[in-house]
Amino acid sequence: MKDILIDAQNIIKKYYIGQPNELNILKNISFQVNKGEFVSIVGASGSGKSTLMNIIGGLDRPTQGAYFLDNLDMSQLSDSELSKIRNKKIGFVFQTFNLIARTSAQKNVELPMLYAGIPRKDRSIRAKELLEIVDMGERFHHMSNELSGGQKQRVAIARAMANDPSIILADEPTGALDSVTGRKVMDIFHKLHKEQGKTIILITHSNELALETERMIVIKDGEIIKDERR
Amino acid sequence: MDLIENSLLALSGLRANKMRTVLTMLGIIIGISSVITIVTIGNSVNQSVAKSMSDIGANKIEIAISQNYVIDENGNYNYEYIEQTENDMISEEMIMKYQKEFIDQIDSISLKKELDSTKVTDKDKYANVSVIGVNDGYAEVENIKILQGRFVTKKDMEHKKKLAVVSDKFIQNMFPNESPIGKEIAIPINKETNYFTIIGVYEYKVQGSGTGAERDLSTSVFLPITTVKQITHTVDGYTQMSVNGKAGMDMDQLTNDTKQYFANLFEKNENFKPEVYSMKEMLDEMNGMLKNITVAISAIAGISLLVGGIGVMNIMMVSITERTREIGTRKALGAQNSAILMQFIIEAMIICLLGGVIGVILGIGGGMLGAKLMGYPAIPSVAAILVAVGFSMLIGVFFGYYPANKAAKMNTIDALRYE
Repeated sequence: MKDILIDAQNIIKKYYIGQPNELNILKNISFQVNKGEFVSIVGASGSGKSTLMNIIGGLDRPTQGAYFLDNLDMSQLSDSELSKIRNKKIGFVFQTFNLIARTSAQKNVELPMLYAGIPRKDRSIRAKELLEIVDMGERFHHMSNELSGGQKQRVAIARAMANDPSIILADEPTGALDSVTGRKVMDIFHKLHKEQGKTIILITHSNELALETERMIVIKDGEIIKDERR
Repeated sequence: MDLIENSLLALSGLRANKMRTVLTMLGIIIGISSVITIVTIGNSVNQSVAKSMSDIGANKIEIAISQNYVIDENGNYNYEYIEQTENDMISEEMIMKYQKEFIDQIDSISLKKELDSTKVTDKDKYANVSVIGVNDGYAEVENIKILQGRFVTKKDMEHKKKLAVVSDKFIQNMFPNESPIGKEIAIPINKETNYFTIIGVYEYKVQGSGTGAERDLSTSVFLPITTVKQITHTVDGYTQMSVNGKAGMDMDQLTNDTKQYFANLFEKNENFKPEVYSMKEMLDEMNGMLKNITVAISAIAGISLLVGGIGVMNIMMVSITERTREIGTRKALGAQNSAILMQFIIEAMIICLLGGVIGVILGIGGGMLGAKLMGYPAIPSVAAILVAVGFSMLIGVFFGYYPANKAAKMNTIDALRYE
């Protein structure tokens, strides 16, 4: 039996509950992700995939249903506990990179470790290692605004790996990049998956990118309409 | 997330927005610097006034006889001048009786007769002087410090000797390179030149704000009071006298008793009345006044710092709005709310602290300049500086808390998506 990392059971997410404009974003979503899988969640905008990502990433809680991450019931945790889970178990990669402005690549990578209370020296060593992995070893001290989009995203990936998380959660990571730099970023995900056995969840609206992954979950109107492994 | 890390982060953020940071700090800088300026000047004045007061002596009581302006039936003061005759003055007899009555409580009594200011010349040398006839108790009551020779004695008074005690400044002008004791000086009194032998030199004390050329400073020349009376043919009474209480005496009690004693003596005199002041009373009064001034300044300072603090709060609000996405990112990466709160409070604190330090430096400069212009030695108040710096940090915490709390409470998802 494989290790189940993510176990979502009948997740429902509603907004404006009890009001005339009540929104039913996620309708009864259930799926599991095993350790070491590279999964893509595909859907058009408004399909609910971002909401699902927020729940998977511990940024939001489901209205109903249960979500287990590493056998931990995430729907029962406090905000502070969720912060700790995000810090240790989840590595976020955002479409808009979200590097901290006026801060060096190295300091950006150190940030999750800073919040985890890791000593300065260890942070520095680990940040340099990670930047080497994403081919940014030359640019430790570059400020985030001195980097190109592709470089920023690679720094962001290094940052996502800082605390050696259980999952890397990438939300449209190539959405703001041209095809060449986007390709490079995708190659890094493949490398991390193959060489380090990382569990990666890629959220995208692009079928093309989704087809690169081992497994594709398609969401439409808050429901999973397709879940296929290749 | 440690303090150093947060402080470095805040500093880098402030450096990136130099102009805005300076403008924000301006309120705090103006507030703190004006307070420190005023406090420095106040402190300088206070210290030198207190010093000259303690030079005079806190055990001193002054008794002066002045005209008693009566109010007529229409409620107006009668300002008509009345000639003060011997009967309206303190007589030798009164002084002797007073001295006998309070022998256990008083040390010495000082009497003086002031003559006009004049000039002592010797060839091309000159010195401005004011001539004062004094008794033997004067030196002690007025805290006169003898540097060379001696002061006027009882014997000098009995024999009405033509002796003089002059200041060290006088010596500098008249006898720069020789021993002055035994030298004769010519002092014009009532258009007549009188010759006096110098028997002593006292130390001149700067009184309050000494402006004007040092060379032309007018200092007192003390002569035996009996000699002065003889030369000027003046009446026998005194319009004022000073008393030195014995050390450890209850000065308030002695002052009251003295008041009562002289009030009884002049009870039947309709035109003149005695007024009794003690140095202690005056010191208390001055301290009270200074306290009031300090309270007033503190209130003004409070208002200006309040305005400065609101400015800081305003900028912090703008700053967290601008950096909403950064806040969202930090929270997504695992920052606890408390870490975000600390980050922005420290940022506000650093703005205020920097403003406070700059304000203190400017304030000390301004205060020292002000004190110098007023002719007082500049003495910055260390306590005020520490309070100012501490208080500016407190403002940072107080006015930084609301924006920082707002940042900490931001919804992570909304903050991440903020455009």
